[in-house]
Amino acid sequence: MITFKDLSLVYPNGTPGLKDVNVTVNEGEFVVIVGLSGAGKSTFIRSINRMVNPTEGELYVEDENILDLKGKDLRKLRTKVGMIFQNYNLVNRSSVFKNTISGRLGHTGTLKSIFNLFSKEDKARAYNNLKRVNIEEYIYQRADQLSGGQQQRVSIARVLTQDPKLILADEPVASLDPPTSHQVMQYLKKINTEDNITTIVNLHFIDMAMEYADRIIGMRDGEVVFDGPVSEVSEKTFEQIYNRPIREDDLRGSDTDDGEE
Amino acid sequence: MTEKNKNQKSKSNVHSLYPRKLKLQITWIFIIVLLFYFYSLYETGADFVTLIVDFDKIINALFNKMLPPNWEYISVAIDPLIETIQIAVVATTFSVLICIPASLMAANTIVKNKFIYQTTRTILNILRTIPDILLATIFVSLFGIGIISGILALTIFSLGLLAKLLSETIETIDPRQLEAIRASGGNIIQVIWYGVVPQVLPQFISYGLYVFELNVRASLVLGFVGAGGIGTIIDTELNFLRYQNVMAILIVLLVAVIIIETISNMLRRRVV
Ligand SMILES: Nc1ncnc2c1ncn2[C@@H]1O[C@H](COP(=O)(O)OP(=O)(O)OP(=O)(O)O)[C@@H](O)[C@H]1O
Ligand SMILES: [Mg+2]
Repeated sequence: MITFKDLSLVYPNGTPGLKDVNVTVNEGEFVVIVGLSGAGKSTFIRSINRMVNPTEGELYVEDENILDLKGKDLRKLRTKVGMIFQNYNLVNRSSVFKNTISGRLGHTGTLKSIFNLFSKEDKARAYNNLKRVNIEEYIYQRADQLSGGQQQRVSIARVLTQDPKLILADEPVASLDPPTSHQVMQYLKKINTEDNITTIVNLHFIDMAMEYADRIIGMRDGEVVFDGPVSEVSEKTFEQIYNRPIREDDLRGSDTDDGEE
Repeated sequence: MTEKNKNQKSKSNVHSLYPRKLKLQITWIFIIVLLFYFYSLYETGADFVTLIVDFDKIINALFNKMLPPNWEYISVAIDPLIETIQIAVVATTFSVLICIPASLMAANTIVKNKFIYQTTRTILNILRTIPDILLATIFVSLFGIGIISGILALTIFSLGLLAKLLSETIETIDPRQLEAIRASGGNIIQVIWYGVVPQVLPQFISYGLYVFELNVRASLVLGFVGAGGIGTIIDTELNFLRYQNVMAILIVLLVAVIIIETISNMLRRRVV
């Protein structure tokens, strides 16, 4: 369970990122955050693993206020929270397998990790996760030799290898074409239901948000302006969140080519 | 005069490639450099004219003294040559090892603390301004004549250079690849080992080889101030005017440098 309590964030340069946010995300939920560019979606997500530092309020992850965590405790929090990025953020020159197993770094001692001494279980875990996203055939390929969709799948495998309680995904499909986008979202959804991992995803495509979310949070100018289950959401809701009529480019388009399943 | 110029310009559409102001500046700089040049010739008493007129005689005289090289002397030159290479190897190894932490601290992608960053940068910049020959002279006066002084001088000299090259490479890496490791709970050493090293390793190897080549050549000059290596015997032979021996040493050296550069080029092509 994650609880934002009167949480605000002002960036060091004075820009407000979050304003007095109050949200509770329950275990196993699949939450999609929508909002225009600059609305504070990334700031919201990155507060949860303290990649940014909220300046006021409280933020609980599993009943622990995480705002004062430092050093080892902060790293321990981060091992519990997997993160997926728009640009995949794989280490380009390293192999798919090395990228995947690097999800274990937070659980591995410094000296062991320098000599690549990962346990048998860790290696098996990494391989199984690659299999789960159907990318195991590229195990020794260099990460930058894969397509965008394949790289994002590797990054999902890396996050799974971390064994997280929670997955954060910041615009995971913004750099992908429609069919690949749906494929990646389907993997995330599948993991969410099968492993009961709480998942929070930033998206700016309305149709995708509707298709995959259990619950939608709308943001504007750092504030939460909508929070409710998908069943309560209509086109009107998005127009309120965006404060303008819906346009063509707010939609990703349909899942024409299903890719592999 | 200016009136006329303006008229001409407005009449014809032909414009000069460079603005007039720039042309004027360049002319002035050229004149100043030329004046300085003649002044220097005059002050130092260099006889430029004789050098040109009697060029063939000078060359002949030089070559008559140097040729044929004293082939027998080559066997004497081998040991100092090996010493030179040893100095370069040890100095390069030391500087490579020390430059890793130094360049991490001098890269703003790794160190966010402005004070540490600026201090390291400043120290490295100062190191780089000290000429190698001065370093060697200092160490010879501290530790006496010999190979230790040469090694220390070259270590410090190449440290400044390597750390500059490496820290600038580290500053251009893709920070997103580090972010992911940080977000998964990796500590700073793991971030460096898994995120930074793969990104900079090929360049780093290439820089190391380059600095090794530089060190071979530099350790030659250092011999003149007593810091060990093949430079020491060149100095001695020159002082005794035994030019045929000097020629033999130069030939040995030329062959060695060519071999070293060929090997290091091969290695470099393999990693980059
Ligand atoms: N590191 C930073 N320093 C200062 N201001 C920042 C920083 N990161 C974001 N901001 C500002 O905070 C506000 C919220 O940004 P955020 O990145 O959370 O928006 P977003 O909803 O993720 O937008 P996008 O869809 O473009 O990614 C914006 O006004 C942005 O300019
Ligand atoms: Mg964002």
